[in-house]
Amino acid sequence: MIVLEKRPQPSQTWSMATPVVAVLATMFFGGVLFAALGKNPIEAIMTIFWEPLFGEFSFYYRPQLLIKGAPLVLIAIGLSLGFRAGIWNIGAEGQYIMGAIVGAGVGLAFYPLEAWYIFPLMVIGGAFGGWIWAMIPAILKVRFGTNEILVSLMLVYVAEQMLASVSLGLLKNPEGYGFPGSRNLQSWDSAHNAELFAGSGMHWGVVTALIAVIFAYVLLNRHMLGFHIRLTGEAPRAAKFAGVNPARLILFCLGAAGVLAGLAGLFEVAGPAGQITIDFNVGYGFTAIIVAFLGRLHPVGIVLAGGVMALTYIGGDIAQSNLGLPSAAIQVFQGMLLFFLLALDLLTNYRIRLASKEVA
Amino acid sequence: MTTPLLSLQGLTKAYPGVVANDTVSFDIGQGEVHALLGENGAGKSTLVKMIYGLVKPDSGKMVLNGQAFAPTEPRAARADGIAMVFQHFSLFDALNVAENIALGMENPPKMGDLAARIREVSETYGLPLDPFRTVGDLSAGERQRVEIIRCLLQDPKLLIMDEPTSVLTPQEVDILFETLQKLRSEGTSILYISHKLEEIRTLCDHATILRLGKNVGECTPAETSARDMAEMMVGTTLQTPERSGRDFGEVSLDISGLSVPSPSEFGTALRNLHLTVRRGEVLGVGGVAGNGQDELLGVLSGEITTAPDAVKMKGQPIGKLGPTARRKLGLLSAPEERLGHAAAPDMSLTENALLTGSVREGLESNGFLKWGETQSFAERIIKEFDVRTPGPDNAARSLSGGNLQKFVIGREVLQNPDVLVVNQPTWGVDAAAAASIRQAILDLAAKGTAVVCISQDLDELMEISDSFAALNEGRLSAPRETTGLTVDEIGLMMGGAHGMEVAHV
Repeated sequence: MIVLEKRPQPSQTWSMATPVVAVLATMFFGGVLFAALGKNPIEAIMTIFWEPLFGEFSFYYRPQLLIKGAPLVLIAIGLSLGFRAGIWNIGAEGQYIMGAIVGAGVGLAFYPLEAWYIFPLMVIGGAFGGWIWAMIPAILKVRFGTNEILVSLMLVYVAEQMLASVSLGLLKNPEGYGFPGSRNLQSWDSAHNAELFAGSGMHWGVVTALIAVIFAYVLLNRHMLGFHIRLTGEAPRAAKFAGVNPARLILFCLGAAGVLAGLAGLFEVAGPAGQITIDFNVGYGFTAIIVAFLGRLHPVGIVLAGGVMALTYIGGDIAQSNLGLPSAAIQVFQGMLLFFLLALDLLTNYRIRLASKEVA
Repeated sequence: MTTPLLSLQGLTKAYPGVVANDTVSFDIGQGEVHALLGENGAGKSTLVKMIYGLVKPDSGKMVLNGQAFAPTEPRAARADGIAMVFQHFSLFDALNVAENIALGMENPPKMGDLAARIREVSETYGLPLDPFRTVGDLSAGERQRVEIIRCLLQDPKLLIMDEPTSVLTPQEVDILFETLQKLRSEGTSILYISHKLEEIRTLCDHATILRLGKNVGECTPAETSARDMAEMMVGTTLQTPERSGRDFGEVSLDISGLSVPSPSEFGTALRNLHLTVRRGEVLGVGGVAGNGQDELLGVLSGEITTAPDAVKMKGQPIGKLGPTARRKLGLLSAPEERLGHAAAPDMSLTENALLTGSVREGLESNGFLKWGETQSFAERIIKEFDVRTPGPDNAARSLSGGNLQKFVIGREVLQNPDVLVVNQPTWGVDAAAAASIRQAILDLAAKGTAVVCISQDLDELMEISDSFAALNEGRLSAPRETTGLTVDEIGLMMGGAHGMEVAHV
């Protein structure tokens, strides 16, 4: 009989090891899945994990890692602050969209002027757009005690409707031959979030993501506010006893997540995507939830997790085109990762004992 | 000598790192009230759990009425006539008495029949109880009756009671004892767990004393002094806390006309409270649990805010201030619930030292934390209050209850408060540690701190407090000087028998 025994305190070793074991388990069972689909499992796994990094065309894929990874990390950092405090913002996708809309809108208001201050203003606009969208669930929660999970999620769909609306109306490119979508910011120097070094994939979003990581690390480990965030998540009553103001914490955590998601949206629309379109958002805001948990809600862990997640995206694309794997199989593969991670998490707080079967 | 009802022979149970019971042997006679005495952690609970089938012994055996007895689960133990009243009730507040009892039965009879049975049993044993009242409305004493009746419906041969009087007023204790006497006269044996020596002396025929998992002696309580029993429990001579004659200074804490609505559905509203505590004075607040103790602590710690003037410290209105601002002014507090309220279970002791120590110990500057100084503060608490732990990096939940309590009290005492509020400061703490906590509180008072000590342990309050008041259904009786108070007077201040009928048997 298998017995779970609670550890006197959480195991440091397992806390570090579970993400790695989860990735390995996903590789193994993903391989089984691919084999069941009639593909060579070794080849499929190699394609996903090896090809983008060291394959023939890695010179193209490696920069893609940064481009896909940066928004994931940026959003996940913001989400992790709230998750640590037990504030469940799952509407980062909406905040991401609103950041892109407001940021791009601020920029396009100056078109076709060329000036150094346009891009910084767009950055501020992007942060503001994400922030204001996150303030809706925050204020509703503080004032009326609504559930932030529901409100933030619902607002994603509202944001998607806004995105469709501005693509077809307000921000529509007047010279776009009637196609929905804004002007392409890539072809306007003052608004373009270009690569800082050509061919590196390094753009301002990557830099901001790294700054956010450092900021979050310092906040959580060295600052009273970060201590209060962790305390609220672990023992809400103790947090109240310690003098934490829950309303302020909700506003801060949701606000920070909104700002970072909005920035991610802005850097995306001004860089890799280039324009506001109806299908601008590709689910970074939701995938970032997986990244945040895969990274143990720890800033450094999130960087690693963002890398792994970006890898499965890019590798998954390659596997689809080269091996003909269905895209659903890739999604199952990514889902497995979260599944194994959550399951193995148990080992951080419990140990498994094999007890001899008791004689009745 | 007749065959004992239950004979324990060499019971041993080890957990990782600790031997909870080490070859414990004793007999419980037919119709005997047998006391099981010992400090927290002495192994009483483990022993009882083995009898009740919750824990399986590693070695040793039990003989019930001459037959080998090895229950694998509580159901088997109940089938063999063992019943147990736990210290913490397992009742649903929102259901009525009969529904609660039906939930614990294998094959509950129809509600009408069950209610009739409950009435019958409750009247036979002098425990009047209406089967259709909602449990949430019952006093602690009445809730305990529900648990006892639940047991009596099984017609037990052995009734195990774990610290039954900790939630009762002295008058309620008398009612309970009459019931137990009646059960004994009918031939039911009772295993009575307690560390309150005076009640054991009045009630029990025989006592077994456990210390560190071993049976260290037996005695006839009526013929042994409480002090001797206590010393057998602790294994050393006991230090009685010393109080020097103190002069009280000006008023430090002043509560007037304080009323607060109940913070939750089954909480207690505080009604028109008045109290003053002077420098150097210890005010003891007694009362049965659930009569507003948690709320009173919340109002003083700043977790519950009130009208500014309702709570004053040194003349300054502080009712509107939150916990941090009050700490800054020198008002510190230690709640009853250690894990989750006074301390965060999964955080280290260093982090828990920061939890209340940040303001007064200067552990932050401009919001940035000084971990080095926080750790030395945690180490100081561990050292001065003899907290048994490998070090400040250990999680709070890895400490035993008593050790964590020492940490929590130590954390506040070392910050030199002007006013200290503690709720159940020695709950679940062994006698030696309890004595040192009480001494620390008295030393603090001697230095001029005003102390409010909320406790359900009357002996404790009599020992350390200068004046005494009791909470009863959210009302506070007028404080009186402790010297000269009799147990009867205290009981009446606590609400007497809470309207419970006295047993007529």
